[in-house]
Order: sequence, then C-alpha cells, then structure tokens
Amino acid sequence: MARADPGHVLTGSHYLDGDHACTEGALSAGCNFIAGYPITPSTEVVERFARRIPTVGGTFIQMEDEIASITAILGAAWGGAKVMTVTSGPGFSLMMENIGLGAMLETPCVIVNVQRGGPSTGLPTMVGQADIMQARWGSHGDYEIIALAPQSPQEAYTLTIEAFNLAEKYRTPVMVMLDECIGHMTEKVVIPEADSIELTERRKTDKPPGEYLPFAVGEDMIPDMAHAGEGHRYHITSLTHDEQGYPVMSAEVQDKLVRRLCDKIRNNTDEIVMLEEDGLDDADVVVLSYGITSRVARAAVDDAREKGLKVGRLRLLTVWPFPERYIRELAERVKAFVVPEINYGQLVLEVERCAAGRAQTILLPHMGGDVHDPAVILQAIEEAAS
Amino acid sequence: MTQTKTTQPGSEQELKHPQDHLLRSDRLPHIWCATCGIGTVLKCFIEAIDRSKIPYDDIAIVSGIGCTGRVAGYVKLDSYHTTHGRAIPFATGLKLANRRLKVVVFSGDGDLSAIGGNHLIHAARRNMDITVVCVNNFIYGMTGGQAAPTTPGTAVTSTTPWGAFEPAFNLPQLLEACGASYVARWTSLHVRRLTKSFTEALLKKGFSFVEAIAPCSTLYARRNRLGSGYDLMKFYHDHSEIRHGADVNEVDIGFQDKITVGKFIDRDRPTWLELNDQQHEATLGEKYYRHAETIAAAAEADAAAPPTGTAEKTQDGGKDSGKDGGKNGGKDDSKEGSHA
Repeated sequence: MARADPGHVLTGSHYLDGDHACTEGALSAGCNFIAGYPITPSTEVVERFARRIPTVGGTFIQMEDEIASITAILGAAWGGAKVMTVTSGPGFSLMMENIGLGAMLETPCVIVNVQRGGPSTGLPTMVGQADIMQARWGSHGDYEIIALAPQSPQEAYTLTIEAFNLAEKYRTPVMVMLDECIGHMTEKVVIPEADSIELTERRKTDKPPGEYLPFAVGEDMIPDMAHAGEGHRYHITSLTHDEQGYPVMSAEVQDKLVRRLCDKIRNNTDEIVMLEEDGLDDADVVVLSYGITSRVARAAVDDAREKGLKVGRLRLLTVWPFPERYIRELAERVKAFVVPEINYGQLVLEVERCAAGRAQTILLPHMGGDVHDPAVILQAIEEAAS
Repeated sequence: MTQTKTTQPGSEQELKHPQDHLLRSDRLPHIWCATCGIGTVLKCFIEAIDRSKIPYDDIAIVSGIGCTGRVAGYVKLDSYHTTHGRAIPFATGLKLANRRLKVVVFSGDGDLSAIGGNHLIHAARRNMDITVVCVNNFIYGMTGGQAAPTTPGTAVTSTTPWGAFEPAFNLPQLLEACGASYVARWTSLHVRRLTKSFTEALLKKGFSFVEAIAPCSTLYARRNRLGSGYDLMKFYHDHSEIRHGADVNEVDIGFQDKITVGKFIDRDRPTWLELNDQQHEATLGEKYYRHAETIAAAAEADAAAPPTGTAEKTQDGGKDSGKDGGKNGGKDDSKEGSHA
C-alpha cells in the first residue's frame, strides 16, 4: 500500500457538498486526469477539479461529449494516469459502450454518476436512484462491475478514494453512484492527513519487453499492466483476445476471457462488499437501502424501534457486486426485507432473487424528484412486522 | 525480430517482408482483400516512421473499427484497437497522459468522419498534438459496402442501391476549417509522396491529417463496375491532379471525377498542450505545476539524448537516408500520377 501525496490532500475539516467532496477524494487518491462534459447535477465535480488540478499536477480536459470523455480517460489510463470521469443520467447512457471497452481492456478508471430523475432528460436538478441496474448491465455483453453508493459528502470523499483503490486492485471500471441530493448537500467533511490515506498502486508488470503478455494472469485472474511508451510494443484490442492481446475469434477464447472478466470480481465479492448493519441480530424486518435513501430509512427505523418493533437496518455501500451470499443467509432468519429506492424497483429485484421466497420482499418505490417520506417506510415496517 | 517464414505458392523460397521489424508477422495472413489499398498505405506509413527517426517505443497507434481499424493489430508498436469512431478521444487521453508519446490514429473514412466525426473536428480545433491517418475508400468495407459520408456522387453501395445522393464530405476542407496544422491527400498510387506526407505529418507539431484514397475493389469497384484493383490504380494515375496548396474548397471528389491531391495545409498554430501550459502559467505563475513525470522527464531526456541519437538505439540509424536521398532527392517523382 502506498500513501497519499500530501500535495494532493486538503487535510482538515471542511464544509463541502458531495460533488466537491468527491473531487477531493479523487485528488487524495492521486487522480491526475479527468475528461468530462458539463451535465447537471454533476458538473461541480469537474469544476472543482479544473480549478485545483493546475496547482496539484495533472490535466483536466473538457471534451466534446460524454463518449469522448469516457474514451479519453481510458486512453489516459493506458498512458499512465489515474483517471476519472463524471456525469449524470443522459451522459451515463452515452458512456455505456466505452464502459464496456474499459471492462474489456481491464482499464482502471472511476466513473462518477450523480444520479438525477429519468428517463431521458427527466429531472436534471432533482434526485433519482434509477441508474442502479444500468450501472450493472448498461454496456452490452457479459462483464462485472463494481459500484459504490455514498450516503453523505463525507462518504463521497472516502468512497471515491476506495473506488480508485478497487479500480487498481481489480483492473476494472468502478462507479461511484452519487445522487443529486448528496451531490448538492453540504456537510462537514473531514479530510485526514495524507499519510493515513492508503492507496492501491497500479499492478505494473515486472516482465521485460519481449516477455510480457498483456493478459496473462495468475491465480487471482488479474493481469499486470504496462503503459504505452514502456517498450513492450504490445497490442491491445476490444475484440475477444488471448493472453498476448491478439484477437482470436473462437468460442474457446471467448469462454476463457469472459469467464475471467466476470469471475475476477464475482469470486472476490466477499472481499469487495462493504455494508453497514444495525440491529440485525434479533430483527424480524430489515430495511435495506443505499445512498440518500438510507438516511431517510434511518429515521423510519428509529421510529419503528421506539414503537417496540424488531427492525434492523442494512445499508449497502457496495451495490455491485451484490452481496448475494449475505442476503441469502439473512433471508433465512428474518421475516421481511423492506426496500425503499428512488426508482420503480431495481435493486429490490436482487434482494428478491437472493431471498428466494424465504423472506418477504417489499418494494417502496419513489419515481424521483424527492426523497421518501419516512412515514411511508415506517408504515411498511409496521405492516411487514405484523 | 521474429523471423517470418512465408512460402509463396510454387516456391520453396523463404521470404521476409522488408518491414518485418515493424509488422506483427505472427498475425499473418491479414484480413485485407487482394488489391485493397490499406496495405500499400500502411507500407508507406511504416517507411515514414523509419524516416522520421522517432524512437519506436515513443510511438503509439490507435485505431477504431473497420478494415483500416485493423491496422493497429498489424503494427509492432504499442497499439490500441478501440471502439467504432473513438480512436481520437482515446488517442487524446494517451497523449495528455504521456506528452512524450507520438500518438497516431489510423482509421477509415466511416470511422473517422461519420461515427467519429465530432471527435475529428474537435481534435483539429484543439490542435491536439496527434497525427490522424484516414484511409478513404469511399465506403464501409468491413460491414459489406454501405454508403459513407465520403461516398461520392451517385455511387452504388449496398445502402444506396439506386445510387447515392447525399453530398459527400470534402475532408481537407473540413479539417482546414477546424484548424488542423497539416492537411494532405494522396492516393495509394502515390507511394513516395504519401510516404513523404506521412513523414512530415509525424514530425509536425499539432494536429496533422493525411487522407489516403485507396481502392476497395471487392465492394466499391465491383458494385460500380469499375473493374479490378489494377483499373482503380490506373484511374488514380489518369485522374489525379497534384496541386500543393490548392484551395481546399475546390478539392471535393465527385464520382469517377478527378482527384485533387497534394499538401494543402502546413501551418503553425499553438497546440492544446502549449495553450494549456501558457494559460495556466499566465494566470497561476509559479503555482502552476507542470506535470513532472511527463514534461520535465521528456525535457531532461531530450537534453541528454537528441531525438536522432535516441532513434539510433531503437531505429536503424542511417538506414533510409540513402534511400531517401537517392530515390527521391527531395523532388517529386513525375511517374506517380499526372501533374497539373
């Protein structure tokens, strides 16, 4: 583990919104390249980066669209930079093809989506959580992705650092699924001393030119990387490829590659997943939530407990990969999951799949533009407990 | 270098391509059709790399998707075969992350001017320090011969079975208007001039663009009954007009009409990186952090070893100086196409 560079870290207590905190997280993580395109409610992230980066050391470029933005960060990562791009719904949709390219080329990068109401232009200035399934499945073909969901400006800071670390460790695009509420919510954010911030370094090859195979892997299934200009003169392709990086059009090579792209994350789900549980030991009902909704859910759970109900809270900091085994086990000992989310039922499908009928799954949808009324969640808890 | 063992039909002789040092001969046979022009253009480009003396390890090739998009896979340099239309933004990121790199985009007309058109014009506007090679065969070859934004006049393609009718892009005009530093066009017949333009483009600061008109006999020529690859080369020979510095507004290409070729634009504009540094230095002064790993390292390395000196380590030093001086002598060869 490396430590953060003090020149990048704004140590101290700050009053920041989630977007700005996200920028500081990126800088603390050593991000030195962002390509972005303006879109509400995410633009503040790149605006702060554009202001800060010239004195920190790195590059900001405003591209012609989000397709260019995601592709430019992939190029920059192969050029040796630590990279991020930032967007919201419509831009996230435009990025999808090249998020797949990032997954296929196993390019470490961070994609921040400050979610707003959709579909289409939807509610540009108002909250949504309806891009959760798109984060997982948005690009074509089979791949796995890592996505994190902060619930506060403080977590926008810490989870952005974590996103960079996961991107480097697993050589994959990692998404930070912010939402408009957290992006625009201003709170105290404590930025620690640089030497207390642990950073995962890029997995660079130690093989000399001529011996390096760009996609050869060991037991952990994650290849070591080499940047352009380091003398390897390798070939990297978006086509199905072998260990050497050469395209091979065959079912056998496709099978080997796609399984590895998925399994390098699937097999490490337990290690990747971060969640926060509260009062689950004797709970009959579990309120499962993520992002801004977890803060609303907390009020409802507190009220329910005051009424003497056995209710616990489960908050997912990692939405992808989904904590499948954990939910399956929990479903064995609780009566019901209550799942509030600001969409018409997305992550609830995963909960339902893992519960597999062993516990009831209750969706509390909200179409966006606002957060849930805690009273609605409380009512659902009461009904589930009775 | 890998020793290639290629046996020609009816011959037991082992052949080695003279450019094997920069070709991935382990990937042969390539996918291009017989009489396709891409191979000729690539041959000129590789010759230009050698002439430029740019160290091989400092060059990166980025391609999009399509027949020309496969170039990245056959060149023995750091090479990236990306997604359709997106080679330019990928190249932009690569260049900005490592300023020392000479980044070249090698792609086709459909990839660069249709799906990637927005990136093409903005990279030229920024004067991003990359070289773009556009092989223009007037058609989408890989997908079976559909119309492209470059399909001239009333040409028949699989999606214009009764003849095309949309006006075609005049790429030099487009690139000139957007701000490119260098714009040239040749056909795959003009191998020496094309090689010279590639060399100039590689050494040119800022956004350089070389359009190489190339035959697609399998789809474009066949559907339009234009004959074989040989007939197309003959057509280029008879209908190309060399006009250096021509008004780019007048170099559009009609169906089976004359093809104006030449070096149209060669001008100096500050690059994106230069402007980025200038502006931040002007406003931030000492506080501006020049990216040490790239600029400073590059400057140090350049001071320690001039580009030609470095090149000699990885390129075969004076290898082509003789060829260049002997065959071309700095003059145009009148055997390539007709002069205006």
